[in-house]
Amino acid sequence: MKKIMLGNEAFAQGAYEAGVGFISSYPGTPSTEISEYAAGFDEIDVQWAPNEKVALESAVGASVAGMRSMSCMKHVGLNVAADPLFTSSYIGVNAGLVVIVADDPGCYSSQNEQDSRYYAMAAGIPMLEPSDSTEARDFVIRAFELSEKYDTPVIIRSNTRLGHSRGLVEAGTRKEVPLFEYKKEMAKRVMMPAMAVNAHKVLEKRINTIKEDSSSFDINRIEYADRKIGIITSGVAYQYVKEAVPDASVLKLGMVYPLPEKLIREFASSVEKLYIVEELEPIIENAVKAMGIGAVGKEILTIQGEYSTNLLKKAFGTGKVEFTGSGDIPQRPPIMCPGCPHRGVYYVLSKNRYTVTGDIGCYTLGALAPLSSVDTCLCMGASISMAGGMEKARGKEFARKLVAVIGDSTFLHSGMTGLLNLVYNGSTATVMILDNSTTGMTGHQDNPATGKDAKGNPAPAVDLETLVRAIGVKRVRTVDPFDLEGMEKAVKEETAKEELSVIISRHPCALIDRTRKNKYASSEKCRNCGMCMKLGCPAITRTEKGVVIDQSMCQGCGLCSKVCPFGAIGEVER
Amino acid sequence: MKTDILIAGVGGQGTLLASVLLGDIAITEGKEVKLSEVHGMAQRGGSVVTHVRISDGPIASPVIDNGQADILLSFEMLEALRSLPFLKKDGMIFVNEQKIMPMPVITGARSYPEDIRERLEQGTKNIKYIDAASLAREAGNMRTINTVMLGALSGSMDTPVDTWLKAIEKCVKPAFVDVNKKAFMLGRNI
Ligand SMILES: Cc1ncc(C[n+]2csc(CCOP(=O)(O)OP(=O)(O)O)c2C)c(N)n1
Repeated sequence: MKKIMLGNEAFAQGAYEAGVGFISSYPGTPSTEISEYAAGFDEIDVQWAPNEKVALESAVGASVAGMRSMSCMKHVGLNVAADPLFTSSYIGVNAGLVVIVADDPGCYSSQNEQDSRYYAMAAGIPMLEPSDSTEARDFVIRAFELSEKYDTPVIIRSNTRLGHSRGLVEAGTRKEVPLFEYKKEMAKRVMMPAMAVNAHKVLEKRINTIKEDSSSFDINRIEYADRKIGIITSGVAYQYVKEAVPDASVLKLGMVYPLPEKLIREFASSVEKLYIVEELEPIIENAVKAMGIGAVGKEILTIQGEYSTNLLKKAFGTGKVEFTGSGDIPQRPPIMCPGCPHRGVYYVLSKNRYTVTGDIGCYTLGALAPLSSVDTCLCMGASISMAGGMEKARGKEFARKLVAVIGDSTFLHSGMTGLLNLVYNGSTATVMILDNSTTGMTGHQDNPATGKDAKGNPAPAVDLETLVRAIGVKRVRTVDPFDLEGMEKAVKEETAKEELSVIISRHPCALIDRTRKNKYASSEKCRNCGMCMKLGCPAITRTEKGVVIDQSMCQGCGLCSKVCPFGAIGEVER
Repeated sequence: MKTDILIAGVGGQGTLLASVLLGDIAITEGKEVKLSEVHGMAQRGGSVVTHVRISDGPIASPVIDNGQADILLSFEMLEALRSLPFLKKDGMIFVNEQKIMPMPVITGARSYPEDIRERLEQGTKNIKYIDAASLAREAGNMRTINTVMLGALSGSMDTPVDTWLKAIEKCVKPAFVDVNKKAFMLGRNI
């Protein structure tokens, strides 16, 4: 039956049909929904791991033990999982192992624009790249076949556009795959130097075999049309090519590593002029040029951002685009929601002008005006470690105004080791864990502190206070961020102390908090002083007559009434 | 025949539901369809657009490019102007008259443009302004602005009303089906 499916849903459907038994992932836009949709299938055991390294290692374990397994993550997640990834290609698989990694050209939801294909090349792991929802499903099934045939993990590269667009998919039924036999194979799976030296040779041979075979894989296909222009492309870029240069001959690569050299040569010699169209880095282009084949790629295109039909039309001179511009208009950046518990924390940090090493999550938005309090955002977990480095550079005095801010999911992902480092190496900084009981930014996934697993079943919830104490932090306190006075007192006291401390700011995310609160409204007592405007709450706007609180937006957190010096904002019954 | 509909709005206004509904209708009518949407960071109150491409034949790209959209359906005034470049010459705009202040305006760094109507009219003369917020209130739920707007849009399409209402039943959470149907009809009957 044909169904309209999100790319990420189609990946999950493919996994279901391929008989996958286990998926371990960590959320990350634009990969998150793959695991969420998969969790809807009773036949697949799906888990959220604390981070991508743990996720991939779990999937490798299940594959070795004989079950078809998968791990899904965003591009930067693969950095975290890079260690197991590189040696997983030495070990190979027992039952199939597939990693889905989602790149983000255009940085819709990411801190960088890295190209995951480098990982496939560097680790010697075949990589497939689907171009729409239909192929998303098909390629997962194909990836498991390849994985088992060649005894290798297989990576599928997705991206934001693919994962978050919908198209028609022919959904099939599940093919149950019984557990593969498990036996000890020391030489194959224990990567000590002697074994690794040998495994590296096996890996080289395997990749060469796949490269040879790949010229006849049907996922690499030539669509001949006008032979004046030939375009090698893959993934979503293929769709833009079809629309912008419909008359060209196309070599559509379904496998982007290793590249089918024979097929590329055949194609190159049958067209007059060869072009390469690939988003981000010139990887196919460099490989083609290294084969001694003349081609045009980034000379007329770009390594920046997301491609589009118009971008290609311009590059190939195939059409003029007419439209009316919007002129110079204000941006609308994302904002902390009304009622967001992070707002109270940043109000205090902003008011007292702290140096704030930030981290990744909804709370990164504390960098934007008017709160403007976050100084840095590098990668998950870096807030805590960077604070340690800052103190080393600028001393204990500097640490009296230094706060590291990290979310609950991010702390459990990779903040714990940073905190251990601060303990061990004698930092005196202050770390704030913003525990909103969810992984907010990526759409509210559960994590080891929320008490539920990826399927929504009850699970043990780690006690953050106990955990932090066990790591060795002596000064630990918990505050509700809507208790502004208490929060300010805690932050001032803890930063003043020449000792490492952790403040846990605890209040559930406004989007999951089900308690009904009264809303707030301003009165004629408002003198338009602008204090409440410093909160950066989208429900509050200023008019000539004073501030107005949008009743449809207000969540009743009451922060505005607490910062109002004139008692002009009060609760209204709802 | 192909129809490209670009839906613009502010994160949280329900552009996604609107596009899924349109997709469902396209399938019911036996058409090809591709949709593209925004998840993640921008959904936190930022500008969001979703692309709906419906056609009798195969569709390649899931995105609508500048100068391509037949219809711009915007849930907010400033967002209509921001997405104006997507509209093809003489395309049709349905816009909710509501103004939602973006943070740079709230902080006073920028001001909300006063001349949005004039600027939109430079792109096309085919514009329908809809007071969707009032109609949503009348329907009984401020979160139905998206269905009010779909109702307004539906008047310009051949799809029978029943197909729309069935799509609402299918795509909306059961508890909100009735209020959304009401909102849809209010938008359709303006
Ligand atoms: C290595 C890596 N994995 C995943 C992500 C995607 N991501 C960004 S923030 C975030 C978690 C945010 O949760 P939390 O720390 O609880 O903060 P909240 O958004 O709830 O405030 C994730 C998973 C990432 N940026 N980097």
